[in-house]
Amino acid sequence: MKVNQLSIFLENRAGRLAEVTKILSENQINIRALSLADTSDFGILRLIVSDFEKAMQVLKDKGFTVGKTNVVAVEVSDKPGGLHSLLEMLGKENVNVEYMYAFVQQSGKNAIIIFRFDRTDQAIEILQKNDIRIVSGKELYGM
Amino acid sequence: MMYDQDKETLPREDLEALQLRRLRTQCERVYANVHFYRKKFDELGIKPSDVNSLSDLTRLPFTEKQDLRNHYPMGLFAVPRENVVRLHASSGTTGKATVVGYTRRDIDNWAECMARSFMAAGAKPGDIVHNAYGYGLFTGGLGAHYGAEKMGATTVPVSGGATKRQAVLLRDFGADVICCTPSYSLFLYETALEMGIDIAELPLRIGIFGAEPWTEEMRRDIEKKLNIKAIDIYGLSEVMGPGVAIECIEAQSGLHIQEDHFLVEVIDPATLEHVAPGEMGELVITTLTKEAIPVIRYRTRDITALDPTPCVCGRTFARMRRIAGRTDDMLIIRGVNVFPSQIEAILLETEGLTPHYQLIVDREGSLDTLEVQVEVNERLFSDEIKNLQKLGGKIQKTIKEFLGVTANVKLIEPKGIQRSEGKAKRIIDKRGK
Repeated sequence: MKVNQLSIFLENRAGRLAEVTKILSENQINIRALSLADTSDFGILRLIVSDFEKAMQVLKDKGFTVGKTNVVAVEVSDKPGGLHSLLEMLGKENVNVEYMYAFVQQSGKNAIIIFRFDRTDQAIEILQKNDIRIVSGKELYGM
Repeated sequence: MMYDQDKETLPREDLEALQLRRLRTQCERVYANVHFYRKKFDELGIKPSDVNSLSDLTRLPFTEKQDLRNHYPMGLFAVPRENVVRLHASSGTTGKATVVGYTRRDIDNWAECMARSFMAAGAKPGDIVHNAYGYGLFTGGLGAHYGAEKMGATTVPVSGGATKRQAVLLRDFGADVICCTPSYSLFLYETALEMGIDIAELPLRIGIFGAEPWTEEMRRDIEKKLNIKAIDIYGLSEVMGPGVAIECIEAQSGLHIQEDHFLVEVIDPATLEHVAPGEMGELVITTLTKEAIPVIRYRTRDITALDPTPCVCGRTFARMRRIAGRTDDMLIIRGVNVFPSQIEAILLETEGLTPHYQLIVDREGSLDTLEVQVEVNERLFSDEIKNLQKLGGKIQKTIKEFLGVTANVKLIEPKGIQRSEGKAKRIIDKRGK
C-alpha cells in the first residue's frame, strides 16, 4: 500500500534541478509526480518515478544525496470537499500530515494525492476502514 | 607618564639580573610542585640549580597548549587549590578547555601590568575607562578592569554586546579611554553614527585594542574615524591575560614587553632554535612571577620579532612587533580564538560521524563572520525541511555554547566542498590581511 518516494538534497543554485532531470531523462526514467520544498539555502526534491531502484542508483552514482521515503497515494474524487473529508477522518485520529502534493490523472475524474504521514500504517488503516481507494506503487509507477 | 618608573626604566643589566633570579626561583618552584615539569626536567637531565645564566633558558623544556589540555583542569597548578583566588578558561569543547588560575599575588601583578599598560597608552589616573572586553571566563574583561582600577580610573565594566547602549554610555559618561577589539571599535563607531552620535566629537582620546590581529591600515582608519590614538595591546591567558606587552603612545612602534614578569624568546618553529635578533619567528614566553600556573617556555604560536633598541619613551623593556600571524590554524573571530579542530569535534559529537566541513571566515562591514558548511550525506539527510533545519540549528547552538561564536551553518551537497589534492581545504579566510 506504500509508495516509494525519492528525495534529493539540492543546493539552491541555478541549474541544479536541471542536472537531476537530465540524469533521469538519459536513463529513460519518467517522473510521475513531484514536489519541491525550498529554503533560502537548499531544497528537497521529492519524486515518484517510473523506476525507483534505477533512479536511486543513477542519482547516487552522480554524487547526489538521495533518500527513500514511504508515502501513501490516495485517490480523491475531483469535486469540492473531496480532500476535506479525507483530512477530517485523519485529524480525528490524530494522524499528522508532514507534507503532501497532488496531481490529476490524464484520464479519469479523480485526483491522486501523495501524503507523507507521521504514522503511515495507522493512516492506511483509517483510510481503508473508510473505503478510500489507496493507489498501489505498482499502479502509480506505471501510470 | 609611567605607572612604575623604577621598574619600567630599569637598566638592562639590572633587569637581566632580576630576570635570572626570578627564572631560577620559578624553576625551583615548578620542579618541586608540578609533576609535569619535574618529569620534563629529569628527562632532559637538568636541575633548577643548573640555571646559572639567562642563556641556560634554552636547556629548559617547552610547554604547549596541548600540555595544558592534557592536564585539564588544574594539573599544572603549582600551588594548593585553596590559594587560587580566581580561574579563567579559554573556549574548548568538553574537557578540552585550557584552565588557568591566579593567586592573590598573580591578580595583583596582572593588575600592575595592566595599569602600566594603560599609562603607556596615554591614560592617566582620573580618566574614565569604557571597558568593552567581554567579562567572564575570557581574561580580557576582568584583566583590563583590575588594571584600570589600580591605575585610578573611573572604570565602566560595560562588557561586550548591546552596542547601541554602549554608544549612549560612551557619550553620556564622556569616557576618555575605550578597551575592545579593533574591529569592534569600528562596528561601535558605525552603530553610533547611525544613532546620530559621532564618536570623533566625543572626549574619547585613546583606544586600547587587542585580542585579534590588525594592521597599520586598520589603525589609521580607526584613528581617523574615531579621532583617537589607537594602541595595540598583547596578552594571552596561558601566561596571564592582556597586559603582557603594550605599545607606548610616544612611539606607537612595537609593544613593550613587561620583562620583569615575562622572559621572551623568538624561535624558528621548525628547528626550535633562536632566530637571529630582529628576525621573525614564534614568540615563546616564560613567566617569571606567576604563582598559580607558571609556564616555562610557553609556545604562543604567535609570529613576531623582537626589537631591543632603546625607545623614545624611555622604557628599557624590549619591544615586540605587531603580531604577524600564527604558526597553527587558529582563527580569531570577533576576538574569540577558534581552532578548526574544535568545530570538527563538535560536528563529530553532534552527529556521530565524520562529515566533511569547511569554514568560511569573512568580514561584513567591520565584524567577522563565520560560516560553517557541512556536507549532507545520506545519514544526515531527511526528506523533511524541518529536520534539516533542526540539524543546522543544533550545530549552531553547540558551536555558540562551546566556542562562544555565532556561526552561520549552511548545509551543502556532498563534494560541494572543494578537495585540493585529495585533501579537503578546511578554511577559507576572506578577510584582508
